[in-house]
Amino acid sequence: MYAIDPRRTTSAQWADVWLGIDVGSDIALANAIGREIISAGLANDNFIAHATSGFDAYAAAVDEWSLERAAQVTGVPAGVIRDVAHDLATAETAQICWTLGITEHHNATDNVLALINLALLTGHVGRYGSGLVPIRGQNNVQGGGDMGALPNKLPGFQDVADDESRAKFEAKWEAAVPPEPGHHLSLMFDAMERGELRSLFVLGENPAQSEADVARTRRLLAGLDFLLVQDIFMTRTAEMADVVLPAAAGWAESEGTVTSSERRVQRVRKALEPPGEARDDLEILAMLASRLGHDLGTTHAESIWDELRELSPMHAGMSYRRLDELGGIQWPCVDEDDPGTRFLHGDLWEDPLPRDPVPLIPTGWVPPVDELTEEFPIRLTTGRRLDSYNTGVQTGGYSSPLRERGSIEISPEDGAAFGLAEGDQVSVRSRRGSIEVPVFFHRSLRPGLAFMSIHQPDEADVNLLTIDAWDPKSGTAEFKATAVSIQPMESTA
Amino acid sequence: MSAEANDAERAAVNELLGAPDSGWDGGDRSAADHHIARGGVRQTSGVRHLLLPALQAVQGAIGWVSPGALNYVSERLTVPPAEAYAVATFYALLATEERPRRVAHVCEDVSCRNRGGLDLLEELSGRGDVMASPCLGQCDRSPAVLVQRAGEYDASLWNSTPEMVIDVLEGAEPIDPNPGHYGIPQTEAGSDGLRLLHRVGAIDPYSLDEYRAADGYAALTKAMEMTPTELIEEVKRSGIKGRGGAAFPMGVKWEAVVAQESDPVLVCNADEAEPGTFKDRGIMEGDPFSLVEAMTIAGYTLGAHRSYLYIRGEYPRAARHVASAIEVAKEAGLLGEDILGSGFDFDIEIRMGGGAYICGEETALFNSIEGFRGEPRQKPPYPAEAGLFGLPTAINNVETLINLPLIVLEGGDAYAALGTPDSTGIKLFCLSGDVVTPGVYEVEFGATIRDLIELAGGPLDDIAAVLLGGVSGSFVGPDQLDLPLTFEATREAGVALGTAVVMPFSSSTDFDDVTKRIAAFFRDESCGQCVPCRVGTVRQEEALFRLLNPAPTNGSAGEIGLLTEIDQAMKLGSICGLGHTAGSAIQSAIALGLIGDRG
Amino acid sequence: MSDVQLTIDGVAVSVPEGATILDACRAEGKEQPTLCYLETLTPVNTCRVCVVQVTGSRTLVPSCSRVIEEGTDISTDSPAVRQTRKVIFEFLASSVDMSLVDEPTQQWMDHYEVDPTRYGPTAADSPAGARDGRHAGHHAAPVGGLTETVAQPVKIDDALYVRDYGKCILCYKCVEACGPDAQNTFAIQVAGRGFDARISTEFNVALTSSACVYCGNCIGVCPTGALMFRSEYELRKASMWDEEAQTVTRTVCSYCGVGCNLELHVQDNRIVKVTSPQDHSVTSGHLCIKGRFGYESVQELGDLENTPIDAVLRAARTS
Repeated sequence: MYAIDPRRTTSAQWADVWLGIDVGSDIALANAIGREIISAGLANDNFIAHATSGFDAYAAAVDEWSLERAAQVTGVPAGVIRDVAHDLATAETAQICWTLGITEHHNATDNVLALINLALLTGHVGRYGSGLVPIRGQNNVQGGGDMGALPNKLPGFQDVADDESRAKFEAKWEAAVPPEPGHHLSLMFDAMERGELRSLFVLGENPAQSEADVARTRRLLAGLDFLLVQDIFMTRTAEMADVVLPAAAGWAESEGTVTSSERRVQRVRKALEPPGEARDDLEILAMLASRLGHDLGTTHAESIWDELRELSPMHAGMSYRRLDELGGIQWPCVDEDDPGTRFLHGDLWEDPLPRDPVPLIPTGWVPPVDELTEEFPIRLTTGRRLDSYNTGVQTGGYSSPLRERGSIEISPEDGAAFGLAEGDQVSVRSRRGSIEVPVFFHRSLRPGLAFMSIHQPDEADVNLLTIDAWDPKSGTAEFKATAVSIQPMESTA
Repeated sequence: MSAEANDAERAAVNELLGAPDSGWDGGDRSAADHHIARGGVRQTSGVRHLLLPALQAVQGAIGWVSPGALNYVSERLTVPPAEAYAVATFYALLATEERPRRVAHVCEDVSCRNRGGLDLLEELSGRGDVMASPCLGQCDRSPAVLVQRAGEYDASLWNSTPEMVIDVLEGAEPIDPNPGHYGIPQTEAGSDGLRLLHRVGAIDPYSLDEYRAADGYAALTKAMEMTPTELIEEVKRSGIKGRGGAAFPMGVKWEAVVAQESDPVLVCNADEAEPGTFKDRGIMEGDPFSLVEAMTIAGYTLGAHRSYLYIRGEYPRAARHVASAIEVAKEAGLLGEDILGSGFDFDIEIRMGGGAYICGEETALFNSIEGFRGEPRQKPPYPAEAGLFGLPTAINNVETLINLPLIVLEGGDAYAALGTPDSTGIKLFCLSGDVVTPGVYEVEFGATIRDLIELAGGPLDDIAAVLLGGVSGSFVGPDQLDLPLTFEATREAGVALGTAVVMPFSSSTDFDDVTKRIAAFFRDESCGQCVPCRVGTVRQEEALFRLLNPAPTNGSAGEIGLLTEIDQAMKLGSICGLGHTAGSAIQSAIALGLIGDRG
Repeated sequence: MSDVQLTIDGVAVSVPEGATILDACRAEGKEQPTLCYLETLTPVNTCRVCVVQVTGSRTLVPSCSRVIEEGTDISTDSPAVRQTRKVIFEFLASSVDMSLVDEPTQQWMDHYEVDPTRYGPTAADSPAGARDGRHAGHHAAPVGGLTETVAQPVKIDDALYVRDYGKCILCYKCVEACGPDAQNTFAIQVAGRGFDARISTEFNVALTSSACVYCGNCIGVCPTGALMFRSEYELRKASMWDEEAQTVTRTVCSYCGVGCNLELHVQDNRIVKVTSPQDHSVTSGHLCIKGRFGYESVQELGDLENTPIDAVLRAARTS
């Protein structure tokens, strides 16, 4: 196991080798691995010829990424990058797993494509035990996409631009579905900035604390004509709302389904009565629709699920009964005899290839947007801790013995260099704002690298520092790479 | 836990393990560590076996294993601190609480206790640096004492007086009162006719020349002219059975080992901890080259290139002598690479026990070497299939192995002609207790208890009972003195030869006290893994105390009935031999009426 | 895979190769008592209450781990098996508080007419920390032949766990769940030796100073209630724990994309404990701290009039 992470995390301590790359150098690393695989003659030529396209252009594009150059950009010794390349290419099976360190960058999609290229190059895809594994950070990030909570998709990943798909939904819903994609989150804020988007309905999200460059977010939310928030908590965002609709907790106070990272659809069930006047999300939406003059019909979870099965072929075989019996089912599951699908893309190995070849898409490396300079010499990266979740509104309520104060972590070497002691209050400043937090030292970090968790925005409002440079395809901001300076506070000196 | 090791603790560990490779395994952090780390938690599998030696290094240098030292060892070996602590607290000779740099362990076990051991403890009572100890394997020279000395080698004292012990505790060098004494009275009287012990006490144990002059290494030379298959055949023809207690035919065991696909490993079990047993000690102290040669022949026969010699921690002198012999043999080309120019490579690594009787059980011994708690494993699989490190393993006792040169030189048939048909060859017996001249005695199989007692100068007094086979064996009455101590005759008599302990007790013996000590021994030495033994040994000791009270709570019959039920549950339900035999001696004492007849 | 033939209590049986005696017994509808065995953990063979008689074997054999060989002849109810199981249960019951073992175990103890009192009156409880400080190879002689127990004060280091080692039978399950069989955290191990062996962190430091990540998987596998949710412990102490009034609802954890199944144990509309089904393929009953304990956000404990257990639950939150 290789772990590639700027910090030597607990997971990295389990790895045979940890590659402590510099933040935002992922593509440099991936391209060098690709080049080494090709030049060492370890690429899976048969698979490439059979199931991919664009190899020559890819090979030409990565040619500039010698091991030495990648070593310079990533900080990781060339020999180790070579080892990764050779081990990946020669492994019987291999998985490339990633999480937000890849996707919370301004070039997130390119980061992912660079990894996909490696899997295609080595044939580590479409086989049991091999594959590309984006690890999801929430229980239903996958399910949200499955259900069409994407700007350009209908449920079951059916394209809004596709007339046939749209017609199917329009017939069922007896309403028109707009054929143009909507805005993703980052575009919505841009639209607010331009004054085009004046009202917002926020469900179960806390952008007033979770967005990058959160000062801007708060300014834009405050400037709306109307803000409606539906949440199970009185979040910072809810506090700004004109109207708050109290909801029931999806995992313990409602019925429904969620989809895990491995595409497994499972049922959630109601165990508790929601407090006060809080209601099930479905019920709230139906009531809203009703006030707007539409009757959505039943709000019974299973009935709505059965409607989805009718409209989304990949969910067709997933009756509640079967979900219970099988302990969840991995999509696609096309009928009630289908056990579900353990891994995707197996058809890439079929002869003849039943679909278009998969393109290798060259990606170029660009450094993080927020440059390190003399004024802002420290690279701050953000992330989670084991016991907490997102902005902490759900996990703040239990007495975790592991909970740490909102703080900034730096390397012991930097601590000494800055003349700091653990627990000292420091001022952390970026080009967008500054906060005051205590500092702690951690060996998982090296000089020049700092870490803050995202869990205690009330104590350590890290997103006042982060940059909202975002990926044009996914709309995700570059939470992982902020340039900061760290100064001791006068009072502790 | 955040404690840090001090410089002395680091130095002790580094002397064993070398300097740390990087900032990630205990060294200072350098720029090279900022972007790369190799071998995470999972590297444990490769170096975990160094855990006990590393803890012993700290104990030996500092006198205890502090939280900081434990953390440093854990960091160096990537062993979780809780695991390292679990191992450290398993062994009596390791201390996880601070204690004096010199500590004396005074034997209070069945042989020493009435031969000065209890008196010595009484006279030294109140000292924080003196504690009672189970058998130290020096029953021939009671009272025995082991002094752990931080920063210096541990010292065995014998025929100990309070003054001797206090002197050493307060810093004096231990003086060997009798440098040539190895507990072998027969050779002290001249070695004529002895085949296993003839060199012990007759040659300088540090001298390879003297060993060779006394036929040393003739057997290895001859063996290497033979094929392994021929050698196994000779071993089978010799009919030799294991001397460690289980009496399993050695040839059959070895055939099973060489039949496996992977290269085997050889383990010599020198964790001689059965109270009353000290024969292996005498051999290792007095004739260490014979064991080195025997192991080398065994390695050649089995096709093993690695071997471990696990010596109990209470035998520092034996370990020093064997370690020297290994060094000298290597320099002479008799061990290591390309032995005698044959192309055969073989090495011996010494591992020291930490004060745990259970580690004499073969699978517990494997776990101990591998750096785990010395808890026995469930069998199957047997060692021949999956033993040390999961490899096919031949594990033999010291005495068994030193018969090998004899078998090679004289041939299996000639060896088989010695002794009786079912108990072939030569046997060593440990005579202690109420005899005139305690010691190790070599005889052909077939000698009776009476023969052996006579060999040891006769009894001191009327014999009330003889403890056979150690505390895991049983008492026999005076009516059994003519029992030949062969595998077959003892089996028929329902007693065990065990480790060949013959310990007569005279009629003045307080058997209440002796049996209480036996019960206490098993309660202390149970590893605690399985319920029947962990709790059974405690319930046995308690029931025995009640039985031996003036007024037993449940009446004598009730307590005796309970003791029998406890014994049966331990015998049938325990994982290993410790539990199976933990009630044996007490049951025999009851059956013989030595205890518990008060109504 | 071929089948092997054996007899269980005189009945001829055929099982797949590799099956254990316990597998075979269960397939035949002959349940055996077990304490240290769990389908999701590596068998450790330590409790020995599942032993059976195998013809040709000098000692009894643990059914949970012994793989069946062709022609094995097994008795699960011979006098030796019954007597040995009885005494082993008595060894446990005379040294450990077994009051919270599960119903089947209780029935087995009744079945074998387990009587721990016949080992005599018990010795005094150990003071806090005393058993943790015992040195291998040394013990005090039994005072008056009184029966020693592992009774000792409970350990409470935080708002989530209670470790009541007076109920610990040393089945090793928590060690395995903390270690290689599930969590790979290795915060606890069996330290010490013999009857003085105990589950311990390094140097018996509080859990909060150890490697513990509070996954609660040790609680999930503990068969005797030695490891317990703080909430359950406090409710029991207040005599308000009422399993009959509880509902158990299966749902999915909301905190990440793994898809762990949760069983929410609810009493008076309050979650009082969280378990996870062992037979579910995603995590085989194991969770992390968030899934196990991160439920407090759905129960503001303000409205004491509605839910009488709130005062106890609120007190349990503070350590």
